[in-house]
Amino acid sequence: MRDEHQLRAKLRTLADGAATGLAVLATVLVVAPLVAIFVYLVYKGSVSLNWAFFTHNPVPVGEVGGGMANAIVGSAILLGVGSLIGIPIGIAGGIFLAEFGRGTKLANAIRFTADVLNGVPSIVMGIAVYSLVVVPQGHFSAFSGGVALGIMMIPTVCRTTEEMLLMVPHAVREAALALGVPNWRSVLSITVRTASAGIITGCMLAFARVAGETAPLIFTAFGNVGWSEKLSEPIAALPLQIYVYALSPYDEWHRLAWAGALVLIVLIVLAVSLVRYVTSRGVLKGAS
Amino acid sequence: MVIAQVPEIRFNQSQLLTEPDLPGERPSAQPAQQEASAIRSFLLARGNSAWADRGFHWLMVLCALSIFGIVVLIATELVARSRIAWGAFGLDFFYKAFIDTYTGKPMYWDPVNGHFSALPFLYGTLVSSFLALLLAVPLAIGVAVFLTEMCPGFLRAPLAFITELLAAIPSVIYGLWAVFVLVPLLREYINPALIKSFGWTGFFSNDNPTGLGFLTAGVILAIMILPIISSLTREVMTAVPSSQREAVLALGATRWEMIRMGVLRNARIGIVGAVILGLGRALGETMAVAMVIGNSPEIQRSLLANGSTMSAVIANEFAEASSDLHLSALMELGLALFIVTIIVNAIARMLVWMVTRGTPSSVH
Repeated sequence: MRDEHQLRAKLRTLADGAATGLAVLATVLVVAPLVAIFVYLVYKGSVSLNWAFFTHNPVPVGEVGGGMANAIVGSAILLGVGSLIGIPIGIAGGIFLAEFGRGTKLANAIRFTADVLNGVPSIVMGIAVYSLVVVPQGHFSAFSGGVALGIMMIPTVCRTTEEMLLMVPHAVREAALALGVPNWRSVLSITVRTASAGIITGCMLAFARVAGETAPLIFTAFGNVGWSEKLSEPIAALPLQIYVYALSPYDEWHRLAWAGALVLIVLIVLAVSLVRYVTSRGVLKGAS
Repeated sequence: MVIAQVPEIRFNQSQLLTEPDLPGERPSAQPAQQEASAIRSFLLARGNSAWADRGFHWLMVLCALSIFGIVVLIATELVARSRIAWGAFGLDFFYKAFIDTYTGKPMYWDPVNGHFSALPFLYGTLVSSFLALLLAVPLAIGVAVFLTEMCPGFLRAPLAFITELLAAIPSVIYGLWAVFVLVPLLREYINPALIKSFGWTGFFSNDNPTGLGFLTAGVILAIMILPIISSLTREVMTAVPSSQREAVLALGATRWEMIRMGVLRNARIGIVGAVILGLGRALGETMAVAMVIGNSPEIQRSLLANGSTMSAVIANEFAEASSDLHLSALMELGLALFIVTIIVNAIARMLVWMVTRGTPSSVH
C-alpha cells in the first residue's frame, strides 16, 4: 500500500518533469526558426546591400548592379495612399465604437465584422479591388494598389483605436463637457488626444502589417520595371519585386531579393519594436 | 438610499460567481455608464452646438458602417464576376473532374479547353492547412504553457516579443527563406529520410526531387501560424482566474496537474478558438505557399508531390488569365475562399470571446 503510494507520487513528479521539458522544447523549437530566418536574412541581406540598391533602378537580365530605387519609392507611394484611406476611416470607426456606440447592438456587430474582415485573406482583397477599381479604370494602377492596402488597414486601426479610447477615464470626458465644450470637440481634442500615443501605435502596427503585403498588389499595382510615380500607372513595390526576383533563376536577382527583404524587415521590426516600447511604457500614464 | 444599494450588491455577487467558461451575465459597468450618460445628455441638451455634434456623430457612424460596406462590396463583386463560371459549371465546379477523352485520366484545370474544377485546389488548401495545424498546434500550446505558467520573469517579455516578431514578418519573406533554405534542407535531408522510413505508407513517394510540395508548404505555414495561435492561447490562459490554479494546487497537485486540470481544462474553448483562427490564416495564406507548393493542379496521395492551393492558383494565374471563363473560375475560387474564411473566423472569434469576455481586459 505504501509502495504503491510512493510509486504513484514518483510517476506524478515524472509526468510533471516531462511536461516541463516538453514545454521548454516547444519554446526552443519555435524560437529556432525565427532566429534562423533572422540571422540568415541579415547575413544575406547585408552582404548584398549596397548604395546602388537605394539609388538605381533595376537593370536588364545579365547586367550586374542595379537596385530597387523605383520599388522603394513605389512602396512609399502605395503606403501613403493606403494610409490616407485607411487611417482616417479606421480612427473614425474606432471613435464610433468607443464613444457613441458603446454597448449597442450596432457597435457589437461592427466590432465583430472588423475582426472577421481582419481574417479575410489578402488575396481576396486583391481580386475584389481588381474588379472594383482596376476593371472600371481599364488598367492596373498605383491608386488601386493603395486602395487595397487602405482597406486592409481599416479593421486593425479601428480596433486598436477603440481599445485605446476605452482606456481613457470617464472623468476626463466629463471634465471637458462640464466646461461647456461641445461633444465633437471634447472627443477630438480631449479623448483622442489623451489616447493619441496609443492610436499612433495602432496605426503603425497596421502600417507594418500592410507594408509587406504582396498578394493584393499583384493585380492592382502590378509592378513596374521602370521608374513611375504616377497614381494612374502601374507601379513597382518592394514586396512584389522580392517575389519576382526570388522566383527568377538569376543569382544577381536573388541578391537583390535578399537586400530588399532586409530593408523591408528592418522597416517592420523598427515599427513593431516602437509599438512594443510605447505600449509597455503605458501609453496613458499621463492621463489618470 | 437602501433601495439604491441593493442592485449594486447583487451585481458584485454575480461578478464573483461568473466562471470563465460559463457564458454567464456580462459583468459590464452598467450602473456607472448610465450615470455618465445621464450627465452627458444633460450637458448636451444645454449646448448650442447640437448640429455640429450631430454631424460629427453621423460622420463617425458612416465611417464605422463602411466596414459593413466593404464586406458587402467584396461579396457582391465576387458574386457578380464569378457568374460566368457558376453558369457554366454550377456546383460541379467544387467536386467534379473532367475525364480526358484521349488519355482517360481526370483533368481538373485546363484553361486551353475551358475545363475548370476547384477540386485539386480545395484538396491542396485542406492538406497544407491541416499539415500546418498538426505541426503548429502542439508547439503553440507548449509555448503558451511555458510562457504563462513556467517561464522565469526575465525571459517572459523577450520571448513574447520574439513570437510577436514572428507574426510581423511578411509572407513573401517567409517564402524567400523557404525557397533558399527550407526547400534545400527538406530535399537533401528530411525527404530522403521520410521516404526511407515511411515510404511504404504511400504518403511519401520518391518521384518529386524538387523539394517543393505539400509538406514544404505545410512546414512554412506552420511557422507562420504559430505566433497567432500561441499568443491567443496565452491570452485565454491568462484569463483563467488564479483561484482555479490555487484550488488545484491546494489539493496537492503537481504543477503539470495544475496546468492540465486548472488551466487547460478551463481554457479549452478559447484554445479551440485560437486553433480555428490559425486555420483561417493558413487557408488564406498566399505568397509563401505559392512559392513552395510547386503549383500543379493535381491530386496526389504523396505529401511530397507538387500541388496547388486556392490562393496560390489565384496569385499565379489571375494576371494572365486566358479567357473570361478562366477569370471567372478564379473569381469563384476567391469567393469560396472568402466565404470559408469568414465562417471560420466568425466561429473562432465567438469561441475566443466566450472565454475572455468575463476578464478585466475586455471590460473597461
